Amino acid sequence: MQSTHEPTMREQFGATVTELLGRDPRTALVLADIGTAQFPEAARAHPDRVVNVGIREQLLIGAAGGLALTGMRPIAHTFASFLIERPFEQVKLDLVHQGVGAVLVSAAGSYDWPAGGRTHMAPGDVALLDTLPGWHVHVPGHPAEADLLLRHAVAADDTLQYVRLSAHRNAVAQPVVPGEFLTVRRGSRLAGVVLAVGPMLDAVLAATETLDVTVLYAATVRPFDAAGLRAALGERADVVLVEPYLAGTSEREAHRALAELPHRVLSLGVPLAEHRHYGSIPEHLAAYGLDAAGLHARIAEHLW
Amino acid sequence: MTSDTTEVRGATRTARGGHDDHDGHGGGHGGGYGGHGGRGAGYADLPGLIALMAGDEKHSPAAHSTLDALWVLYDRVLDVGPGTADAPERDRFLLSKGHGPMAYYAVLAAKGFFPVELLHSFGAYDSPLGHHPDRLLVPGAEIGSGSLGHGLPLAVGTALGLRAQGLDGPAVWVLVGDAEFDEGSNHEAVAFAGAVGLERLHAVVIDNSSATHGWRGGIAARFAAEGWSTATVDGHDHEQLYRAFTAPHPGRPHVVVARTEPKHG
Repeated sequence: MQSTHEPTMREQFGATVTELLGRDPRTALVLADIGTAQFPEAARAHPDRVVNVGIREQLLIGAAGGLALTGMRPIAHTFASFLIERPFEQVKLDLVHQGVGAVLVSAAGSYDWPAGGRTHMAPGDVALLDTLPGWHVHVPGHPAEADLLLRHAVAADDTLQYVRLSAHRNAVAQPVVPGEFLTVRRGSRLAGVVLAVGPMLDAVLAATETLDVTVLYAATVRPFDAAGLRAALGERADVVLVEPYLAGTSEREAHRALAELPHRVLSLGVPLAEHRHYGSIPEHLAAYGLDAAGLHARIAEHLW
Repeated sequence: MTSDTTEVRGATRTARGGHDDHDGHGGGHGGGYGGHGGRGAGYADLPGLIALMAGDEKHSPAAHSTLDALWVLYDRVLDVGPGTADAPERDRFLLSKGHGPMAYYAVLAAKGFFPVELLHSFGAYDSPLGHHPDRLLVPGAEIGSGSLGHGLPLAVGTALGLRAQGLDGPAVWVLVGDAEFDEGSNHEAVAFAGAVGLERLHAVVIDNSSATHGWRGGIAARFAAEGWSTATVDGHDHEQLYRAFTAPHPGRPHVVVARTEPKHG
């Protein structure tokens, strides 16, 4: 689509974290084979702070926890299936329970490699983190946003930060502020609100072009910007959530944000059922009803 | 970095020729470690301290099996004490085998990390001393544990973190059980630590033959195959433990397998 090469989010991750490793001796990168190709220079420059444990994901998180116990700021990276789901108890105990922070950076969360099938899909990652206290969750929709959010996450003291990178992206970066929803399109006072998360923004904008809606953009979903959602409401509290992971993941947050108001929430995202097809990202988005046409139909039905 | 108290005890040990430590198993030291400003208690005091938690003289096998290894570590090997519990240069001891922590609490109390009186509260609602340790509650506890197989990976990360900060002095110790060793996460850590020669990493395996399917050829062989330095000793013999704990192991991590009486004997 582009004539000149723009970095992917994963390439941006390589450039950004390489720079941060060079600048801050507290940072350490832990890998489990996946992603090592992004860090040849950093691995040479900082052999003690760029650690590849091999294909050992329990150790990936355990070692990150140990690094943090010594005062380091660990950044751990692999595919979401192997970063959150496989070592979930390590995430719970070796990070959260120990009272230490870390930056977990995933790739290929939901549908990035459809031909790879279910084994490489983890649309439940954000919902899983919702069962644990303290996580900040960022879902950039563009490599430039990934750069900004990664810097923010690494710099955020000893907090628990999750940055969810994807091959699915929007055409242009938004001027995101970590933790805040951004108003991208303002509807009338009678308009409902559509909250587009990360890579879903372009499809949401296309889907709602002919509709009177306010479009909010979230590149940080936890903590959920409840005040930002309420501020976007007109005279009706009708909300549609469009998320690039498991449908309904943020529904409870939306209900909580709107608890004082009569309200309706429609949650769109990746369906719970296994989708036993291969193919491409666009094919999967269409099958999930997350392309512009599918979104238009369901948003229009809910808000009108 | 050695505390005054430890130096005094070290001198005492030297005077005794270092042979009567294990005579004290079951109680026979006669207050040899007394008189340290109320802070220090001796090996002979440990059964009494455990009884404060157990409520009687019945000690759980898990508490018994670790007692001697823990005592020798904290009394003679680890460079850490109440005054250095947060010092970057301290040695780290990670109790991975978090069930049966009474021996651990008794040793920490004996060494002055927290008041002996706290032991009475073991397991109570407001007590810092749970049936599994929580590092945010227990003074001196480096990790919270209880779910098996977390300590070795955390110890690997701790050793990596110290190395990355140029802290080459501190030793990192982790204690696991032979049944705990069933957990696959340990094998991830053992293989990696051996491959990268994580010299400051030390493991103690308390082997009371409780692993359901056993370890054919012995546990030490699992570590040796991954390039670790190994020693297998009588887990109640203080002098054997001490020698194994302090054996040089340049360029490799080190494991001490401490064999104790079978749990289901």
